[in-house]
Amino acid sequence: MQRIAAVLAVAAGLMAGGSAWAQSIPVPGPTVDGIRKRGQLACGVDTGIPGFAFQDSSGTWKGFDVAYCQAIAAAVLGDPAKVRYVPTTTPARFTILQSGEIDVLIRDSTMTFTRSAQLHLDQVAINFYAGQGFLVSKKLGVSKVEELNGATICTLTGATLELNIADFARAHGTRIGTLLFEKSDEAIAAMEAGRCDGYTDDTGSLAAVRSTLKVPADWAVLEGVISKEPLGIHARSGDVTWRNILYWVDSALKTAEEQGITKANADSKRSSDDPTVRRLLGVEGGFGALLGLDNDWSLRAIKAVGNYGELYDEFFGPKALDLARGQNRLWSQGGLQYTLPFR
Amino acid sequence: MTLRGRAILWQVLAAILVVVGFAWAGHNAIDALARRNIDVDFRFLLNPAGFDIPFRVADWHSSDSYARALWVAGLNTVLAAVLAVLLASVLGLGLALMRLSVNPLASGVARGLVELIRNTPQLLQVVFWYFAVLQVLPGPRASVSVADAVFLNVRGLFLPAPLSDLFGWCLGAGIVLGLLLPRMLPRLPLLLTGILPPLAGLAAGIMAAGWEFPVMRGFNFAGGWRLPPELLALVAGIGIYTAAFVSENVRASIAGVGPGQREAARSLGLSPGRTMRLVVLPQALRTLLPPLTSQYLNIIKSTTLGAAIAYPEILQIFARTVLNQSGRAVEVMSLVLGVFLAINLTVSAAMNRWDRKLARQGR
Repeated sequence: MQRIAAVLAVAAGLMAGGSAWAQSIPVPGPTVDGIRKRGQLACGVDTGIPGFAFQDSSGTWKGFDVAYCQAIAAAVLGDPAKVRYVPTTTPARFTILQSGEIDVLIRDSTMTFTRSAQLHLDQVAINFYAGQGFLVSKKLGVSKVEELNGATICTLTGATLELNIADFARAHGTRIGTLLFEKSDEAIAAMEAGRCDGYTDDTGSLAAVRSTLKVPADWAVLEGVISKEPLGIHARSGDVTWRNILYWVDSALKTAEEQGITKANADSKRSSDDPTVRRLLGVEGGFGALLGLDNDWSLRAIKAVGNYGELYDEFFGPKALDLARGQNRLWSQGGLQYTLPFR
Repeated sequence: MTLRGRAILWQVLAAILVVVGFAWAGHNAIDALARRNIDVDFRFLLNPAGFDIPFRVADWHSSDSYARALWVAGLNTVLAAVLAVLLASVLGLGLALMRLSVNPLASGVARGLVELIRNTPQLLQVVFWYFAVLQVLPGPRASVSVADAVFLNVRGLFLPAPLSDLFGWCLGAGIVLGLLLPRMLPRLPLLLTGILPPLAGLAAGIMAAGWEFPVMRGFNFAGGWRLPPELLALVAGIGIYTAAFVSENVRASIAGVGPGQREAARSLGLSPGRTMRLVVLPQALRTLLPPLTSQYLNIIKSTTLGAAIAYPEILQIFARTVLNQSGRAVEVMSLVLGVFLAINLTVSAAMNRWDRKLARQGR
């Protein structure tokens, strides 16, 4: 509590200071204006999926995507708690974003061509690289996706999952039947009753599903994926400043991991001699002002949720869903997470 | 101005108001959508769909267009609705007759069933039937089989399929004859003119067409016709639920037929069964039709519950998959609403016609 109060005080002071030389810096876009007036970030998240966004027993929102909302709120408003979470269903999510009910959509949503070009959405940054995988009964004796010819797979409707299966089947000359459910609970119950041979979803979700089965040992996640599912941050097109803020908050969390900056040592790292660290934490360079924010925006974001690696560990690591980090490792460690440099 | 002239003037004014109102609302909607960068465009319907529809009556290939998907899913909706209407009607009539029976066991059972069925949520019942059906049925390798031609397992009911169209033609001709002959030859018994021709058509069709039998292949049976458990559960869920309401409507209509009618029939020497069939039910039908129409319309709308149990009907295929793939929420939702409106208005019009015809015959 005390810490939050301190952060608030610092933030308020900085904002007041910032406005004194406001004439020389770019005006924040209409989205940021709206957020400041409301005093709250409206963040679209999933209705409930382990790992990405879920409510704990006390009703508090938790998860990887939720932490991103908190980081953005910390950067823009100075307080990670100033978020209104809007749970969005698969069919309604983009319409809710288009209509202006939310400022940003961070909802394990795949970035695709049509969503960008046809729905006029900015696909700002990829926060999770996933692929579509399969969870099947061990009784089938199948070890690779290619061997699923003739099988029936339960899955969820309203996502890109069924299209991927059909594409895969068309490309490989196999037949894979699908059975589409509204909710994963029913799909999984049908699978356990033997109505279908397996379940398909993003690799992030499969690990979560397997952990909830009656006898997890009877089921195995197949090797290999049939699609690319870059999940990330969606915003309405047209507000360049807002897009920049979103991109650089994501970038700050990943760069913090590169530079060994954590939730715990962020304050002490401010005295580092490394110019990248000093620019990232707002000690020099005046980068915050260029985004229409104060210079501590990134420090607050990192202190609110931790760096990218800490986040992954918290929600997908061995103590959580136990999902190997794979492509989500930093580029320097053989993964795909590569952001533009802070300079 | 005459009274009639004034009435017409008011009608015209009201009509203009309604048209202007709709035009304003439509313009307002398009304007609001445009300001949010959402354009309304139905051309996406011609794009290839790319997904599989696991159960269908019409032909479907995953490279067909979204418009074709609307048709295929629409037929699935209609199929489920027709089967559920039949089940609800037969079961509803049966329950009502049981309820009115003097046998306390029959009326007690009917009353208990009706109260149990109509006082629990419909979605719950559909999901219950689905998982009840799935739990009971065996896996594909341990299928229940009848004469190695019909197989029942957790994947569905597998039936032999005719290889040529001859089967459909024979059966169709039989049914048409069965409908026409009783009117042309009213003096011959109904058994001979109405029921024999369809049966003969069926038999001729079975003999004339070659048959493809379901065979176990890979993980499952292939070939033949397949009725998935989703369809069976959906029809059972909606049909049984609606039957409870239909039975109450039937009961009320039967009770509404004056007791004098029944007494007159009995005093003429008609048996209780013939009294019911020839005197009471035809008169009850007149008061039954309007509430029955509402129940049928409800059944058609309730088929959307199939989306919860993986039955590929119009809501699931169109309002979920197509909406998500195309992102055209406004267009897709208005199409789905339009389709339901069209189906229901058609059914409603047909039922009203029947109702008017019965009313014309008078008492």
